[in-house]
Amino acid sequence: MMNILKIAAKNLMRYQRRTILTTLLITIGIVAVLLFISLSGSFRALMVGQITDSMLGHVQIHKKGYVASIESLPLTLNMKPAMVEKVTDYLSERDDIEAWTMRVKFGAMFSNFKETTSIRFNSIVPEMEIATSPLLPGRLIQGDRKAAFVEPGKIVIPELIAKGLKVKVGDSIVIVATNREGSVNGNTFMIRGVLEGISGPGGRDGYMHIDDARNLLRMEDNEISEVAIRLKSSKNLSKIHKEMSAYFGQFNNKAGNPAFDVHTWEKLSPFSNIAKMIDMLDVFIKVMLVAIVLISIMNVMLMAVYERINEIGTIAAIGTIPSRILSLFVTEGLLLGILGAFIGSVISFMIVYVMNVKTISFSFGRQENLVLQPTLAINEVLIISGVVILVSVLASLQPAWKASRMDPIEALRHF
Amino acid sequence: MSLIEASGLCKTYQAGDIAVKAINEVSFNIDVGSFVSFVGPSGSGKSTLLNMIGCLDSPSCGQLLVAGTDVSSLNQKQAAIFRGENIGFVFQDFNLIPVLTVYENVEYPLIMVQNWAAAKRRKQVMELLDAVGMKDQANKLPSQLSGGQKQRVAIARALVTNAKLVLADEPTANLDSMTAHRVIDLMKSMREKFDTTFIFSTHDPKIMAEAEVTYTLVDGSIENKEELAS
Ligand SMILES: Nc1ncnc2c1ncn2[C@@H]1O[C@H](COP(=O)(O)OP(=O)(O)OP(=O)(O)O)[C@@H](O)[C@H]1O
Ligand SMILES: [Mg+2]
Repeated sequence: MMNILKIAAKNLMRYQRRTILTTLLITIGIVAVLLFISLSGSFRALMVGQITDSMLGHVQIHKKGYVASIESLPLTLNMKPAMVEKVTDYLSERDDIEAWTMRVKFGAMFSNFKETTSIRFNSIVPEMEIATSPLLPGRLIQGDRKAAFVEPGKIVIPELIAKGLKVKVGDSIVIVATNREGSVNGNTFMIRGVLEGISGPGGRDGYMHIDDARNLLRMEDNEISEVAIRLKSSKNLSKIHKEMSAYFGQFNNKAGNPAFDVHTWEKLSPFSNIAKMIDMLDVFIKVMLVAIVLISIMNVMLMAVYERINEIGTIAAIGTIPSRILSLFVTEGLLLGILGAFIGSVISFMIVYVMNVKTISFSFGRQENLVLQPTLAINEVLIISGVVILVSVLASLQPAWKASRMDPIEALRHF
Repeated sequence: MSLIEASGLCKTYQAGDIAVKAINEVSFNIDVGSFVSFVGPSGSGKSTLLNMIGCLDSPSCGQLLVAGTDVSSLNQKQAAIFRGENIGFVFQDFNLIPVLTVYENVEYPLIMVQNWAAAKRRKQVMELLDAVGMKDQANKLPSQLSGGQKQRVAIARALVTNAKLVLADEPTANLDSMTAHRVIDLMKSMREKFDTTFIFSTHDPKIMAEAEVTYTLVDGSIENKEELAS
């Protein structure tokens, strides 16, 4: 075995330029794939992190039908205390949940005493909300990020409205809302913060304390519009979602229909489609890499076999058995693959390191100065290198097979 | 004792519609340790016959025993193993492996064909390189050698596995006549030293005179067998 390796390595060195070119091609392919995966992965993680960690959580529970008409924030589809209790009882039993938050969502009119506009509110228990959406305070572009996120009488409004109605932190404004019975009520609030908008549902909502909302809407029961849940690890999302769906699926309303809806963030955010597209691009570029490796190795090995027909005839004549001739050529392909994979991985790690040292920022939609932190998972590198090496072996099998089946007389006669 | 027994041996090639009888029912015996040449004009069937003896090609009819084995029934792998164990080859174009040094070329059959232990291998290779007078060139690459030197290395490679039989199809055709004589002399002395049977083919009348037994082939048939009284 050692000797087959040695001979294969010597043959690769004999055609140095070709070996370098092929290795280079594989190297470039691997670097391109690893960098793309790394960048797209960090972009994806950043965007998904923003969506789940500052807004949606990982899983949300609503009354059946709420999500379908979420645009109008229907107060009539809130969960009654009995339902809320079922949810909280269940959630406190699970130990894979980091936190959850209960929100009353509603639409209202916002007035600065001169102008009026419509606004959507999440009313929350601040401690629960921050535990579930740890990145939420970070989105404050005005107001103290360290202070309580909202307090009774003090609200956070979205950037768009702050700009549109020219209000700022410290201003008093009036919120007017219609409750589920149709009666209108208004209260004065102070603006305590302005929130940067992000893409996706709820990305342009204001926040107020849940007690204020119940007051404003004259809620008698402790109704809740949605429960958002943050998991300890998002890796188990689909499994946990399945279990939750199964659990809540057993409750029916009076009409005999399911009472709850359980959604993952992916079902709630349009960004999940972008995330899926990124995943598809990842697959696509990996397929391209496999094709590049396959074609370049096959090509170079076919050339090697063709150039060495006479030599193959010689070693076959003096008694080298076909399987050993096969392994000689397969080993050459294997070495090319290993070389390319190794150099490619090392270069990729170096580039990713440099990218982390020199911060890369970009803007997406209305968000600016998003900072990418590309990482390369060692797993991913090992898998891709492994696939490249495997493909190298597969690609050299056909040429090597050809070499091993050659008739020595024909081969010796060839020049 | 006969190393090779051929009876009614023939080889027919199909070239398009016409069948070419390259070897036409020849019978002969070659004794162990003999020094034999096949001569004859171009196209007379020398290479075809040597290829069959060397298990590189199988006969179309007749019987061929090499070292007691009926070689016509071997498949590709069996034939390779048989060649590796019993036969050494010397080629007209030397056919050394260009990426390997002289030493490694001679060592090659001991690693890739037979499975010798490292220490035993080294001793054997050095002994053969010494025998062909190439010991001090062991680390050179084939491209750094003259034709005669290459053929010496090739002879060492053919003998290194202690082959019973060495086949050489026109081993001197690419050498000048003085070098050619030296190579033939070397083969002869190797025969003395290792008791190996040598069979070679040639065009060259001066070279054929060196053989102890000379078969003359014409149109695929043995026309004449000449034995040198020794
Ligand atoms: N593969 C083949 N297909 C068809 N005909 C062949 C083949 N090999 C040899 N022949 C024919 O068989 C005959 C004998 O050829 P062979 O090569 O054995 O002659 P040779 O004596 O070695 O000639 P030379 O001195 O030129 O090497 C020739 O007529 C040749 O054309
Ligand atoms: Mg010939």
